[in-house]
Amino acid sequence: MTRRLLLLVPLVLFAGLAVFLYRGLNHDPVGRESALIGREFPAFSLATVADPDVRHDASLLAGKVTLVNVWGAWCPTCREEMPQLMALAEQGVRLVGVDYKDTREAATEFLDTLGDPFAVNLFDPDGTLGFDLGVYGAPESFLVDRDGIIRYHHTGAIRPENVEQEILPRVQRWRDD
Amino acid sequence: MARRLIRTVLLAGLLTALLGVAAAATIEVRDFDDPQLARRYTTLTHQLRCPKCQNETIAASASPIAADMRERVAAMLEAGRSDREIQDFLVQRFGEYVLYRPRLSPRTWLLWGGPFLLVGLGGVILAWRVRRRTAPRALDAAERRRLDALLDREDRS
Repeated sequence: MTRRLLLLVPLVLFAGLAVFLYRGLNHDPVGRESALIGREFPAFSLATVADPDVRHDASLLAGKVTLVNVWGAWCPTCREEMPQLMALAEQGVRLVGVDYKDTREAATEFLDTLGDPFAVNLFDPDGTLGFDLGVYGAPESFLVDRDGIIRYHHTGAIRPENVEQEILPRVQRWRDD
Repeated sequence: MARRLIRTVLLAGLLTALLGVAAAATIEVRDFDDPQLARRYTTLTHQLRCPKCQNETIAASASPIAADMRERVAAMLEAGRSDREIQDFLVQRFGEYVLYRPRLSPRTWLLWGGPFLLVGLGGVILAWRVRRRTAPRALDAAERRRLDALLDREDRS
């Protein structure tokens, strides 16, 4: 009897390997978790898109739960998520933009046409803050709690279902915390 | 025979030339005063994975983030930072994902140890099977009687 069972070993091994590889087929490595979850928002000192003379540092994020959105006028997916960002702002979520590898002209035109949901828009033409955030393709969004700790990371466009299911509940949770 | 040889040599030459073009097209030229730094730069950029393009090293990738990372690696090398410091710097931002050679940690024990574990297991199974096959066993009394009977019958026929 045990000899018979031993014959099944290759089949079991094959099935295990097939399941493992099949899962790999549907696994999207782009959506992996940020290395910065649970860590402090990186230090920065950047001017705003609106005014080259106004500079902000990480104290901008203190005291309020904020969604930091890394975007650029050159990025079509960023255009796609603007209605969702507008909706979030309307529901009272504080948004801070990081205008990533962009020009002031293009960014201003973008905001004039699509609306401006951001409380502040940091201007990051060299992508230095983007680099410290580990951004590898806009848009990316980071939820930062009142103590300036990154709590949640979203890669790619924020879709309407992301707003309802992921972002608003988390904003609420970190506000209550 | 000679024609075939010439054809082969020509084809090989063409392929080599094409390879050269492809390699030169991806990466910018970077000059280091110290050849030691240039060597470390090459090794490092070939062991770091581009976070955007999944299956390319930052040395081979044409994506903007890979260019930024190469820039950082070069700047940190010039500033006298160690390989480990440069890797740590990038891992802090982009995660362990960027290391093509994962570090030894509880999470990667199976990854690094797995092959040795499998070879060991194979060895144990092999040893067990070989031992079982070669070890001769003395016949017990019943078996000996049966053997005698069989040989007896053979002799008589």
